[in-house]
Amino acid sequence: MESRIPASPQPWPETERFWEAANQGRFMLQRCCDTGKAFFYPRAHSPFTGRNHCEWFEASGRGTLYSFSVLPRAKPPYCIAYVELEEGPIILTNIVGADFDRLEIGQPVKVTFVDSENGQKVPMFSPAG
Amino acid sequence: MSLKGQAYVVGAFEHPTRHAVDKSLGQLHAEAALGALDDAGLSIEDVDGYFCAGDVPGWESPGIGPLSVVEYLGLKLRHLDTTESWGSAYINHVEHAARAIAAGKCRVALITQAGRPRAEKFSPEASHLLQAQTTAESQFELPYGPVVTNVYGMCAARHMYEHGTTSEQLAWIKVAASHHAQHNPNAVLPNVVTVEDVIESPIVATPLHRLDCCVISDGGGALVLAHPEVAKGLKRPLITPTGAGFTVKHLNGGYFDILASGAVQTGKEAFQQAGVRPSDIQYASLYDSFTITVLVQLENLGFCEPGQGGRFVADGGLISGVGKLPFNTDGGGLCNNHPGNRGGMTKLIEAVRQLRGEAHPAVQVPDCRLALAHGTGGQLGARHGSATLILERED
Repeated sequence: MESRIPASPQPWPETERFWEAANQGRFMLQRCCDTGKAFFYPRAHSPFTGRNHCEWFEASGRGTLYSFSVLPRAKPPYCIAYVELEEGPIILTNIVGADFDRLEIGQPVKVTFVDSENGQKVPMFSPAG
Repeated sequence: MSLKGQAYVVGAFEHPTRHAVDKSLGQLHAEAALGALDDAGLSIEDVDGYFCAGDVPGWESPGIGPLSVVEYLGLKLRHLDTTESWGSAYINHVEHAARAIAAGKCRVALITQAGRPRAEKFSPEASHLLQAQTTAESQFELPYGPVVTNVYGMCAARHMYEHGTTSEQLAWIKVAASHHAQHNPNAVLPNVVTVEDVIESPIVATPLHRLDCCVISDGGGALVLAHPEVAKGLKRPLITPTGAGFTVKHLNGGYFDILASGAVQTGKEAFQQAGVRPSDIQYASLYDSFTITVLVQLENLGFCEPGQGGRFVADGGLISGVGKLPFNTDGGGLCNNHPGNRGGMTKLIEAVRQLRGEAHPAVQVPDCRLALAHGTGGQLGARHGSATLILERED
């Protein structure tokens, strides 16, 4: 099946690390050093404390499907989803490489990387195992 | 501080147009303003406080829009408030206006709202193109194609997963709105629909059907609040806000419950301030961008237990004269009007009609003295402004 080519992200300096890693097939997250909690989306300041005391780490790329919605009339149809990462945060993404009719909330998913319009890779998720 | 008796809603007007190809955006604001002032028995010279949001012409040019529309309307102001929280803004403005009047910042407050997305051929499927590239989250969201419908679709899918809610139950919300809209000659969709009509309409974003969505319409509306000394000299029933709440719900670094909207907080705060409970409310104007929006708000505001929304709305639970809680008796955004893709103003206007006894006789709640208006502006399944207002007829 034909798949959708995503629009390219426009990084800021504070998020370049995330996108450079994505091009190498690595899915990076940040954690707040004060609370120890991982968060998303990446930014210079912790959403929990407001302090700029955060560190990057490579995430497992595993999670579960929190919710999803398919746009059947889009050309081509695509599936938007929230995935709850193993590390905690729920993130917005697309489900690819799947039969949309067979998706179930709660099922395990794993990260994959898809070329966007300008070649920058963006993380998406596929059914795991 | 309770809002009771601090200020009164003395004027309300819903623009009758639903397709404004022949009118400018400024003109719609002005016609709405004049309509509400006329309804109050006041004129533009009486207004010294003005409240508007991001729908004014020129908003896209930073700092310009509100100043420009004040000039267009010919207002001489002592107070301006441009709090923007999408469709919920106007419900929040009522609280701001009442507090500004109580603080002596103004005596007659005008709130306007207008839009012409139908004339401008707005497409919800292309709505992601309008999202600002400068927001911090856009690089992590726009590649995935979040349009309005699929983000609400994720709310509905999760509600079905957690609580066993069905498409038929969601459809009952549209059915109730259509029963009300049949009495509204201005409604975009004036025909009664059935549960089957809704679930047989095409899927726009799973699991939502075309008839789970609100209409796209042009138009607008306005509200006028006045100081008690002014209000008591006018001929309109005395309607006062008694409780209000506002918050911004967001994704909180990735830790959120998609089924807990800002209404969880704002409903509690508004009810506490007003000193009433959900079961005391005789009429509710609930934001109805989609059927799922209504369901989540009913639960979050405490009209039913979490997860029980589907049972609450089924079998006509929201139909005036039939169900437990008459809602959106003008037909709501689902059938009547959703001017400028912002439903907060029309929610306020129908609540005022009900409290005055001026709703259509077929949907009027007998001796309606206590009403609620609630708005979810932005996206239920992402970041949104949430505003709750409780209104009471005093006399």
